[in-house]
Amino acid sequence: MAAAVGFESITCTFAAREGGRPYTAVKDVTLSIAEGEFVSVVGPTGCGKSTLLNVAAGLLRPSSGTTRIFGEPLAGINRRAGYMFQAEALMPWRNALANVTAGLEFRGADRAEARSRGEEWLARVGLSGFGDRYPHQLSGGMRKRVSLAQMLILDPQILLMDEPFSALDIQTRQLMENELLELWSANRKSVVFITHDLEEAISLSDRVVVLSAGPETHPIGEFPIGLPRPRDVAEVRLAPGFIALHDRIWHSMKAEVLKGYAQTRNRVAA
Amino acid sequence: MKRSTVRLWQALIAVLVFVAWQVLTQPGLVPPFVWDNPDRAAFFFGEPVKMLKVAWTWFADGTIYKHLWVTLQETVLAFVIGAVLGLGTGLWLGLSSTASALLDPYITAMNAMPRVVLAPIFMVWFGLGIWSKVALGVTLVYFIVFFNVYQGVKEVSPVVLNNSVMLGASRRQLLRHVYLPSATSWLFSSLHTSVGMAFVGAVVGEYLGSASGVGYLIQQAEGAFDINAVFAGILILTAFALVLDYAVTQAERRLLRWRPAQSEVEPL
Repeated sequence: MAAAVGFESITCTFAAREGGRPYTAVKDVTLSIAEGEFVSVVGPTGCGKSTLLNVAAGLLRPSSGTTRIFGEPLAGINRRAGYMFQAEALMPWRNALANVTAGLEFRGADRAEARSRGEEWLARVGLSGFGDRYPHQLSGGMRKRVSLAQMLILDPQILLMDEPFSALDIQTRQLMENELLELWSANRKSVVFITHDLEEAISLSDRVVVLSAGPETHPIGEFPIGLPRPRDVAEVRLAPGFIALHDRIWHSMKAEVLKGYAQTRNRVAA
Repeated sequence: MKRSTVRLWQALIAVLVFVAWQVLTQPGLVPPFVWDNPDRAAFFFGEPVKMLKVAWTWFADGTIYKHLWVTLQETVLAFVIGAVLGLGTGLWLGLSSTASALLDPYITAMNAMPRVVLAPIFMVWFGLGIWSKVALGVTLVYFIVFFNVYQGVKEVSPVVLNNSVMLGASRRQLLRHVYLPSATSWLFSSLHTSVGMAFVGAVVGEYLGSASGVGYLIQQAEGAFDINAVFAGILILTAFALVLDYAVTQAERRLLRWRPAQSEVEPL
């Protein structure tokens, strides 16, 4: 069976700003995500994690290499994927319900049906009764729930998530992570979850992929996470296997994190 | 200070100004200290009581309504036409980098040109009726709306844009559901300025040549050296502008409900 997402030697080079050298963010990445698999990608800050996700979404064309979605080479926008962004992505001029149903509307769905499905999804993410609130009237956690519903209402087969909960406080974040796991286990989709938080990665995923520091980022390690499901993200952190896994993965990441840190520091100093 | 106290003081300031004005200008009340002639002050600055009387008679015999109606028509038409043109071209140039690169110097030049000098040309083209005033107002409103909409299109959040693309929006849908709402929000945030400019265009146009409108009233009074009527016209124009501004504030409240209000960000 073909992988849900298959990166085949993906390289992304960006033209230089202000006469510098071209910047190769991602170099020769080969990676595949199976159907129904939850994969987290971790790596030091600024290592090109988001670049990889944008390639999978079809928002960015790689300089070389092919992306295959269920075996077919991707050209243009990936219609089988939903994308959850790190930054605020809701349309501020639409209320919560209209934001959730936006995708259905773009696809020309019937208004009344879209409305009832939107209400249903708002209830599913715990926001029934908040449909007429505008994004600025919702808390950060609530806005993320709306984004989640907005993505899931279209029933995409692949979920691309770019540090979706990084802006939330730790309690809200764990709540959201548990809700994500619950929604995911009810209807297993392939997930590519980008994070810089190793604990988040381990507690959510089936597999953790570690990327090297940029530039020319590439995977340097893959770790299957055999922790039993269903998981509670707060409790799984105390499981005996968790600490060992954390240790192993952190060990392989540490050198890269230090490298990434040194680079940022040099860039600031220069 | 409490709201009511503020209002009271504000009213008191107005009364004080009017009283001082009256005392300083009424012939024979205060011995003249600038001019030799005791009537001179009233000749140059008018007398508030007489000014209010003029305004009162205008309203009492109903002559003013016709003129206010003309000025209102010109203002609204200038605003609507200018806004629609500005919105259209703002969206077009904002989305097409070729068009904006080509037309940029011309737009800058046209905006730099003092528009009031166009008034005589518009009179030749459109006559002395309302349309020459509307045209002048349009040239003033257009650029404000254009620059705001252009900026609005340029500053659409790339994340919101990408998100909409991932949700399946076509190019047309992006225009309708992302660019247009973003651009109109910038348009509405410049509503006060652009409506004010439409009003300026109408009044200046009337002043320069017309047969009706409040600007015409002022120009007529000036021709007859009737300083009290000039001030009465100015007073009515100011009140009219305040009413327009209030209407704009109400419209803004309805249209920009989705935007965080100041009070919601910083509770008092």
